[in-house]
Amino acid sequence: MSERSERTVRRSDETPEHPDFLWRDPEPRRHYDVVIVGAGGHGLATAYYLAKNHGITDVAVLERGWLAGGNMARNTTIIRSNYLWDESAAIYEHALKLWEGLEDDLGYPIRFSQRGVLNLAHNLGDVREGRRRVNANRLNGVDAEWLTPDEVKKVCPILNTSPDVRYPVLGATFQPRAGIAKHDYVAWGFARGAYQRGVDLIQNCEVHGFRRDGERVVGVETSRGFIGAGAVALSAAGHTSVLAEQLGFRLPLQSHPLQALVSELLEQVLDTVVMSNSVHVYVSQAHKGELVLGAGIDAYNGYGQRGSFHVIEQQMAAAVELFPIFSRAHVLRTWGGIVDVSPDASPIIGRAPVDGVYVNCGWGTGGFKATPGVGWVYADTIAHGRPHPLAEPFALERFVTGALIDEHGAAAVAH
Amino acid sequence: MLRIDCPWCGPRDETEFRYGGQADVFYPEDPSSLDDAAWAEYVFVRGNPKGWFAERWVHVAGCRRWFNTERHTVTYEFREAAP
Amino acid sequence: MRFVFDGREHIAEPGDTLAAALLRNGVRIVATSLYAGRPRGVFGIGAEEPNAYVHVDSGGGETMLRATQVEVYDGLRARSLAGKGDLGTEPDTARYDKTHAHCDVLVVGAGPAGLAAALAAGASGARVILADEQPALGGGLLGARALLDGAPAADWLAAAAARLAAMPEVRVLPRTTVTGYHDHNYLTAVERRADCLADPPPHMARQRLWHIRARQVVLAAGAHERPIAFADNDRPGVMLAGAAASYAWRHGVLPGRRAVVFGAHDGALVAARDLADAGVEVAALADVRDGSVVVGTEADADGVLTAALIAPLGADGRPAGAPERVGCDLLAVSGGWDPAVHLCSQSGGRLAWSDEVAAFVPATSAQQERSVGAARGTFDLAAALAEGSDAGAQAAEATGFQGSGAELPTVESVPMDRQSPADERPFGAGRALAGRPPAAFFCVEPADEAAAGRVFVDLQRDATLRDLRRAVGAGMTSSEHVKRYTTIGTAADQGRTSGVLAVGLLANVLGRSMTDVGTTTYRPPYTPMSFALLAGRDRGRLADPERITALHAWHEARGAPFEDVGQWKRPWYFPQPGETGQPQDTMEQAVLRECRAAREDVAAMDASTLGKIELQGADVGEFLDRIYTGVFSALKVGRCKYGVMCAADGMVLDDGTVSRLSEGRWLMTTTTGNAGVVLDWLEEWLQTEWPSLDVRCTSVTEQWATVALVGPRSREVLAGLAPDLDVSNESFRFMDFREAEVAGLPARVFRISFSGELAYEINTPSWYGLALWQAVMAAGVTPYGTETMHVLRAEKGFVIVGQETDGTVTPQDLGMGWAVSKKKPDFVGKRSHQRADTARAGRKQLVGLLPDDARTVLAEGAQLVTGPPPTPPTPTHGHVTSSYRSAALERPFALAMVIDGAARHGETLYAVDGDQVTPVTVVEPVRYDKEGARRDG
Repeated sequence: MSERSERTVRRSDETPEHPDFLWRDPEPRRHYDVVIVGAGGHGLATAYYLAKNHGITDVAVLERGWLAGGNMARNTTIIRSNYLWDESAAIYEHALKLWEGLEDDLGYPIRFSQRGVLNLAHNLGDVREGRRRVNANRLNGVDAEWLTPDEVKKVCPILNTSPDVRYPVLGATFQPRAGIAKHDYVAWGFARGAYQRGVDLIQNCEVHGFRRDGERVVGVETSRGFIGAGAVALSAAGHTSVLAEQLGFRLPLQSHPLQALVSELLEQVLDTVVMSNSVHVYVSQAHKGELVLGAGIDAYNGYGQRGSFHVIEQQMAAAVELFPIFSRAHVLRTWGGIVDVSPDASPIIGRAPVDGVYVNCGWGTGGFKATPGVGWVYADTIAHGRPHPLAEPFALERFVTGALIDEHGAAAVAH
Repeated sequence: MLRIDCPWCGPRDETEFRYGGQADVFYPEDPSSLDDAAWAEYVFVRGNPKGWFAERWVHVAGCRRWFNTERHTVTYEFREAAP
Repeated sequence: MRFVFDGREHIAEPGDTLAAALLRNGVRIVATSLYAGRPRGVFGIGAEEPNAYVHVDSGGGETMLRATQVEVYDGLRARSLAGKGDLGTEPDTARYDKTHAHCDVLVVGAGPAGLAAALAAGASGARVILADEQPALGGGLLGARALLDGAPAADWLAAAAARLAAMPEVRVLPRTTVTGYHDHNYLTAVERRADCLADPPPHMARQRLWHIRARQVVLAAGAHERPIAFADNDRPGVMLAGAAASYAWRHGVLPGRRAVVFGAHDGALVAARDLADAGVEVAALADVRDGSVVVGTEADADGVLTAALIAPLGADGRPAGAPERVGCDLLAVSGGWDPAVHLCSQSGGRLAWSDEVAAFVPATSAQQERSVGAARGTFDLAAALAEGSDAGAQAAEATGFQGSGAELPTVESVPMDRQSPADERPFGAGRALAGRPPAAFFCVEPADEAAAGRVFVDLQRDATLRDLRRAVGAGMTSSEHVKRYTTIGTAADQGRTSGVLAVGLLANVLGRSMTDVGTTTYRPPYTPMSFALLAGRDRGRLADPERITALHAWHEARGAPFEDVGQWKRPWYFPQPGETGQPQDTMEQAVLRECRAAREDVAAMDASTLGKIELQGADVGEFLDRIYTGVFSALKVGRCKYGVMCAADGMVLDDGTVSRLSEGRWLMTTTTGNAGVVLDWLEEWLQTEWPSLDVRCTSVTEQWATVALVGPRSREVLAGLAPDLDVSNESFRFMDFREAEVAGLPARVFRISFSGELAYEINTPSWYGLALWQAVMAAGVTPYGTETMHVLRAEKGFVIVGQETDGTVTPQDLGMGWAVSKKKPDFVGKRSHQRADTARAGRKQLVGLLPDDARTVLAEGAQLVTGPPPTPPTPTHGHVTSSYRSAALERPFALAMVIDGAARHGETLYAVDGDQVTPVTVVEPVRYDKEGARRDG
């Protein structure tokens, strides 16, 4: 007894509480200037910036389930802007700068923690591509460093940097300003901000189809009746193909399951984000103490919000290989999201082939980190009826011209 | 771990297969006669339905043969491909 | 048995869980809550435990285990945790195994329903697996007081176990928790083996992960007891009532001496009676259905329960009137039983609220499964046995066996209306205790808002009624939102005692039905699974298979460092004595020496990892014309040709050579890393687009060992090794192929050069590979590795797919328009070359770079800009793809992809790598022997 009572008990989770008031569920009105389909992070951020930056508040965000209950509730919350190509770096860095002021802007404790992200290199090809990306990032004003294995070890002491493993760590890119945030807090912060500015957040409202007048869209058919719209902005991630089909056009997207998992709460052991493309795992330790891990997508198309178990097993093998002390952690919960993957692993943002319709999709596994940036850019695009300069390179037309923005990273080294 | 019926080898675990996406997307008869948009459609656009999907798999760790099947993209059930 | 908990030694009895042993030793406080810092005691008896989480230090160590499920062995050492695990500093080195099984019927849970199902299915001859998480079969029958066939339940259990053991097609897995129900009736299970033994045999895995493909599944996982929430419901001494009774009757441990029992269903009364019969003084019985509730508790200075406060329930459902204080050291609570619907839900089945059992029960089935017994809300023992038997027989029939059901025992319950011998007061003389429907009652309204902050809904998360009300006040209306706002149900206990409680509270507050509010989604795993178990043996060297060539041992013996290329291990360079210093210095000296040997003398490389695909058939030439950008159909027998293939998007996919071995027999080489990709690619086109072509292909990569023999003296060395081969330049021309005997071994010799020098690639069956290599080495040839190969090819401006290319580069970008046929009507990728962006001038193109100082070796991955210093944002003009110090050029040089590079030869650019900026001159990519004079020796 004495031993126990002497033990210091402290509140280890400093996570602040949510505000007392967030939003109310309204009845949908008959018409809005802008109807956003999908109340995920992107849809909510778009509504927020439409209202805040452009004074457009006659806006409804329609959500078929519960608000921010899709990929926003399922992602691993990694935020970074260290993309290779100038076009990608520009939009992700725009997002990262917004992240840096977002807590104040939203007045919501989103717990953006700039703990840095390591992208590990395990072969000479990885090293080459990592350095290429670091140097490209620096020219773009994105903070990036190349770290040797010894430097990696200093940033992340529990990482196995021994040369005696199957795929030793040969170095890493490091972006110190990268980090994580609390996904629900982010979504609810945008939702509250939009709600306060007059946006209607309409849950349990599934879109079944669209009404057109000639070439132009005039509204959406929903499970709660017809809702007229001056403009329709799709923001439905993995379900975008389904909506596009209802509108009569096709998009170069494939929807795949992407799985993630958490451990139980653990004493703090990892204070940076670590990603490895070659060994296929990414991991961070969330504010409360759980390890949050993800891996590659499941190969097949799937809207089931679940994937195959062997993917989890491979991911755990990778995690234990990189972090031997993780061997004692437990998988507490696994789940899947539905990611919409485009052919060049870059998003599609801009006007759709139907007048009055805008698309924002194809973010694949990278949507969360872009949330404020894409909300900003997409809102601007909708408000002015033309692509925001940062969105221009991401237009659908690039698949016709061939001007892709290929973010797959380099292919495997050959010869 | 899906269980996939290879038409030649019988039911096997998913890890023996590679996924091939939408079935019956044929290489254009004369690519040079297509405009850029039509060619882009062939190269980049594939069906992505929520529901039954006619798709391809190849039994890479078995007979290495491609085959078509139908799978429901929500329930992940398979059914025989329509002939 | 002795064990140590939090530094103190205790005695346990055989069969004790750690929780039972702690109760046995009077340890009331087993944890401190994570956020509120409040003392907590053992609350449950199984997987539902929210409080008693421990770290076991003995036996390899594992963290965040439920004390209710840790079996005590002699020498066990454990310590309490405050809701957070401790990973320690050393990895778990225990062995974890994986195994796979198929069965006709998998029965999950070996309680009465599961046993009956297994007996029925087993009797039909079906292959049955029966898994149960406890060490002994019986589930809820363990410690049960009912008589089966007139005898104690233990007798029937022993007989049932014996009958199952006698069935050859039945496999019984105790200590095995089925954790996941995935698509296509694929389930995972964790079997605990060495981790519950004091002295396990060394060969035994700590745990084993089962992957079970079952044709039919019977879910008989039982039910979890649900508490009722009230103010200060978290004191050590507050416990689930059924759990308390089970400790008494199964383990012979009294969790208290004087109890108050608080419940909303008959099960609480059964527990009260059982506690009383075990010798616990039942001081009071508060039954919601009788309008009596516990409104609070009192505690001593340590926070341990000393009294329950009982008050009548008013007509408005809130407590009314002054509470009565009843001194007690055990407050046994039971709000009902929640069927263990987790696996059913994971399988895709939907749940619905049943008023009859006051719980969520399986409503629809999505896969080949059926729930029975308590897992579907059937709590009556005889009914559960019958359900199990029927389900077992039906499941067996569904898989083609003839089932007839199990022989079931008669069930004789302990009379429910018997008076307590210990204390008549709470039970009342002759009162019927059983037979009333349960009440769906979740929470006793606290006196005020402050008290609401002490009504714990989720004990492990310290989440309270006040938190839940705040969530609703904030606008949250879905159970998922409330879960996320409050964190209720997200702890390591996976919300077993809090999830349904929260749904009930939310339904009350929102005035909606239970089914309408619904549970949050149940996701795998059912109970937490360790990372090490999931990793299994795929760790260390077994993390990924290593592919090695037939010559590997020789390279190793010569001290070559290896480069990972895909799964291959390739010798990187061969350091010699005298080549010293830091690894990069050693490498530089070795590579300069190896390069000189190749350019001035003769050197050899193990090129066995190059992908080799043999193609046969009448239409191979036509096929290759469609796949490669060049023309191959005209290739003559005995000749070789270099080719580039593109993906449909026009970008370079791979390159290599094709040799025509005979009229209908061709050999293609691919890059090492892409061999599998290319074979898949060829087969896809052949099977799905051009099945009429007579072409068959197969990988022969591992059949052949390949030695690249390079340098001006290579002809002389080959002539010595192959006296019967005419190696003269006239008869064995560049890009010729010959079959010959080399060093007395059967060989294919190709006069192919990736260095610009006179060179041969000698292939021999892998079996002879080492002999060939040794013969070559014996001829005084210098061995070289991949780094030298890279330097030599780069000096000649030859690209490496995946280094100069990255999926965005066309053959034209590489200056290899010569390899792209203008005449062929089509080849894969051709149409894409005509797109606006792909056809435009000024794309990134391959160039050479010479650092102006003639000293600096540029970093591969350096970016190129037009003027220093680069102030962001500075547009990049390209990047360095390859960079080496050249022995032949006596200076460093590099290859790069530069915007409009072909038109910029002579221009100065600046290579930026980190803080280092180096002026460079753009030059054409071929730096050595531009005339090609050396390839003929």
